[in-house]
Amino acid sequence: MSPTSENTETATLDIEGMTCASCAAAVEKSLSRAPGVQSALVNFATEKATVQYLPGQASPSTLKEAVVNAGYGVVERALDTSAADRQAEIDRQKALAYAKLKRRFWVAVGLAAVIMPLSMLMLWPAAMQRVNTQWLNYGLLLLTLPVLLYSGREFYSSAWNGFRHRSANMDTLIAVGTGAAFLYSVAATVAPGFFMRHGLIPEVYYDTTATIIALILLGKLLELRAKTQTSAAIRGLMGLQAKTARVVRPGGQEMDVPIEQVQLGDVVLVRPGEKVATDGVITEGQSAVDEAMLTGESLPVAKKAGDAVFGATLNKTGAFRFRVTKVGADTMLAQIVKLVEDAQGSRAPIQRLADKVSAIFVPTVVVIAILTFVLWFDLAPVATRLPLALTNFVAVLIIACPCALGLATPTAIMVSTGKGAEYGVLIRNAEALEKAHQVNTVLLDKTGTITRGEPTVTDFLTAPGQDAASLLQLVAALERQSEHPLAEAVVRYADAQAAPALPATDFRAIEGKGAAATVNGQAVLIGNQRLLQDENVALPADLLQQSEQLLNQAKTVLYVAVAGQAVAVIGVADVVRETSKAAIQQLQALGIEVVMMTGDNAQTAAKVAAQVGITRYFAEVLPSGKAAKVKELQAEDRTVAMVGDGINDAPALAQADIGLAMGGGTDVAMEAAGITLMRSDLQGVVTAIALSRQTIRTIKQNLFFAFVYNTLGIPIAAGLLYPFFGWLLSPMLAAGAMALSSLSVLTNSLRLKGFAPVSKG
Amino acid sequence: MDSSEIIVTVAGLVLAAFVIWYFFFSTRQTASAVSSSGGVQEVDITVKGGYSPDVIEVERGKPVQLHFYRDEENSCSEELLMPDFSIRRDLPAFQTTLVELLPQEAGRFDFTCGMGMLRGTLVVK
Ligand SMILES: [Cu+2]
Repeated sequence: MSPTSENTETATLDIEGMTCASCAAAVEKSLSRAPGVQSALVNFATEKATVQYLPGQASPSTLKEAVVNAGYGVVERALDTSAADRQAEIDRQKALAYAKLKRRFWVAVGLAAVIMPLSMLMLWPAAMQRVNTQWLNYGLLLLTLPVLLYSGREFYSSAWNGFRHRSANMDTLIAVGTGAAFLYSVAATVAPGFFMRHGLIPEVYYDTTATIIALILLGKLLELRAKTQTSAAIRGLMGLQAKTARVVRPGGQEMDVPIEQVQLGDVVLVRPGEKVATDGVITEGQSAVDEAMLTGESLPVAKKAGDAVFGATLNKTGAFRFRVTKVGADTMLAQIVKLVEDAQGSRAPIQRLADKVSAIFVPTVVVIAILTFVLWFDLAPVATRLPLALTNFVAVLIIACPCALGLATPTAIMVSTGKGAEYGVLIRNAEALEKAHQVNTVLLDKTGTITRGEPTVTDFLTAPGQDAASLLQLVAALERQSEHPLAEAVVRYADAQAAPALPATDFRAIEGKGAAATVNGQAVLIGNQRLLQDENVALPADLLQQSEQLLNQAKTVLYVAVAGQAVAVIGVADVVRETSKAAIQQLQALGIEVVMMTGDNAQTAAKVAAQVGITRYFAEVLPSGKAAKVKELQAEDRTVAMVGDGINDAPALAQADIGLAMGGGTDVAMEAAGITLMRSDLQGVVTAIALSRQTIRTIKQNLFFAFVYNTLGIPIAAGLLYPFFGWLLSPMLAAGAMALSSLSVLTNSLRLKGFAPVSKG
Repeated sequence: MDSSEIIVTVAGLVLAAFVIWYFFFSTRQTASAVSSSGGVQEVDITVKGGYSPDVIEVERGKPVQLHFYRDEENSCSEELLMPDFSIRRDLPAFQTTLVELLPQEAGRFDFTCGMGMLRGTLVVK
C-alpha cells in the first residue's frame, strides 16, 4: 500500500499578504472550511499553504478562492513552466558535467596511450638494458598522477564521502581497486630494494591504473549519453508547452502575452498553424485540431463553439477564439507530465530482489576481493604470490558492476512510460505496468468502450411522399434549441448531412415527451409515442411498422410530426466504434480472452458481442454489480483487466487486477485506474498490454544479464578458473567488461523506444 | 605457512570483518523532523556520497518538506528516488531541492539514489 492516500491530493500554495501568525491562522481556517478540503496547514515563515483535498470536490482554483475570501492572495507559480525551467537548469548542469567528464576522459586516454607503450618496454630485454628501470618507473609515476588526481579524482572523493556515511557505491570499488594497484606501484618505485630483499620483482602497475580509469570513464560517458535519452520523452512533453498566447483584451485589441500571465477567463485567439496556448472552451469559430501529442489520435479532431481545446495541441485549418478554463499545473499537458513523472519515480515489484542485492552488493564484493587476496597469497608460489594476489584483488573489485543491477528496471520503466504517453496510454506506476503484462482476461464495459457511449442517429425514415432532406432541416432547426442528449444526436446527424440551418421560433420543451417549435411557419413536433397521442396525431401504418422494427433492434425511436401529421421516425442507438472489432481481434491474438458486460438485455448484448467477435458476455449487469463480475472472473483464476469509461466504473476498475479508464481526452486524473487511455477507442488497450509485455520482457532480460554478469564475472576475476584452465582475468579487461555491462543494460532498455503498437487504429 | 602468510591471512580476515561490521551493523545517524509553526515537518539533508542524516523520523499525517542539499558533483547522487511516494527527482549540484510529501501510513520507507546504492530511510511514526 502506498503511504499517500489514494483519494486525496496535496497542493502547495504560495500565499501573499500575510503579516503575522494570526493571518496564517485566518488563511488556514478559510482553507479548511472550503468544500473538499481535508486538512490545511499554513506556514507563516515560508508563506506556504499545504492543503490536502479531494480532487473531485476541490481544485487549486477553488483553494485559491478560499484564500482570496480570507483577504489574502495566491502567487501563481505556473507550475509547469517552472518545471520546464527546472528541467532546463538540470539539463544545463548535465551538459556541463558531460563536457567535464569528456575532458577528464580524453586526458586519461592521452596519458594511458603514453604509459602503455612505455610499460611494454620492460617486456623487451634489449630495450631494458639501455633504460634505467628506476627512472622509467618514476617517469610512469609522474604520467599516472594526473590520471588519478584529475581524471579519476571523483572516484576517490565519492568513495571517501560514501565511506564516511557508511555507504559504498561503485566508485568505492574503482577507488579501492585502482588505489591498491597505484600504491603498490609507488612502493615498488620508491623502495625497490625492499621488494628484492623479499625475493620479489618490484613490478609496477601504472598502465593498469591508467587504463582502468580511462575505460571506466568511457563507460560513464556512454552511459550518461544513453541515460539522457531515457528521459527524452518527458522533456519532449514539457517542450510542447506554448510560450505565448494571443490574448484578446475586452477592448478588442489583441496582444501576445507570455503564457505565465494568461489568466482564467481570458479570451485567446488561435490562427491556423498555431499551437493552442492552454486549456479552454471555444467561444467562436471552428477548426480541426491535431491532438496527437496528447491523445495519440492521429486524425485531427473537428472543433466548434462550445468544444474543449487543450494546450499544446496544434490548430490546423480554421481560426477560433477560446475562453481559458485552466492554466499552469491544472492543464491537461501539465497533468500528463505529472503522471508520467510519477510513474517514472515508482518502483516495480519485480525490482525487489535487485534492490535487496544492490543494497549489500559493494561491501560484499569488497569482502570477496579481500578473501581473494588472502587465498592467492597463501596458495600461489612464493615468488609470484604478491603480484597475483594483487591483480586478482583488483580484477574482482573492478569487474563487479552494481550499476547494471541498479539500471535494469528504472531505465526500462522510464522509456516505456514515456513511450506510452506518446500513444495516449498513461501508466500510473511501475506496478500497473507489471500487472498489465500478466493479464489474460480483458473485461469490457460495453457502453463507452466498445460503443461510443452516446446516442447516434442510425435511421431516418420518412412517410411516403415526404422529402427527407427538407424534413431533416425542419427537425434539426427544432432540435438545435433543445439540450436533450437525443436532440444532440439528431443535430449531429443533420450537421453530418450538411443540412442548412433554419431559424425556429416558439420553442417549448414538453417534459418527458419531447419538444415543439415553429419552423418555416409550420408547427413541428418531435418526441416519443406519448407526445403523438397527447397531441392527437395518428401514426400511419407504414411508419408504425418501421418504428416497431426499430424497437425490435433495441433502438430508441423519435416520432416527427409536421402540421399535425406524422411524417417520419428516427432510430437512435449507441453504435459500436469502427475500431472496436479490430482491437478485440488483436487482443485475442495476444492470447487474451475478451469478455463483455453490459446493463442491456441479453438480446442486445448478444447482438453487439457477435458484431465484435466476443463469445462470452454478461448481460443485465446493474452498475452496482460490475465489481462483482470482475470478482467472478478472478475466482476463475484469471488476471483481469477491466476497461471502463471511468464514470460509474470506479469500483470495478479498482477491483480488477488492473483498471484501464478511457478518458476520452477530458480527464487524466482518474484515481481508480492503473492506466488511463487518452484516446476513446479500444486500440489503447492493445497498446497498453503489448507495451507492458515488451517492457517486462526487457526488464527480465536486463535483470538476467546483470545477475549473470556479476555471478560469473566475479568468480572468474577471482581466479576460480585458474586451477582448471590457467585463466586469469587482467584488471584492464575487467574494466572494459564492467563499462560494457551497464551500457548494454541501458541500450537494451532504449530498444523500447522502437515499440510500436500492433497496428495503428 | 610462513610468517607473512599468517600476517596476510589474519589481517585480511580482520579487514573483512571490519567491512561487514562497518557497512552493515554499525549505528547510523538519525534525525527527527523539526515541526515549524505551521505544522510542516522540515528536515535538511546533505547529499555527499550518502545522505546525512540517513534515517529521518517524521510523524504521519503531517506534510513533510525534505530539503536535499547536494554538496557534490558526483553523478552517483544526481537522482533521488522515493518509490513509495512515486518521487523521482534530479538533484542539481550545490543546490537545495525541495521534496514534499504527506506520509499517511506508519512504516519504514527507503529512499535511494538512481542506482540504489546510496540509501536512506524515512521512518514514519
Ligand atoms: Cu558499474
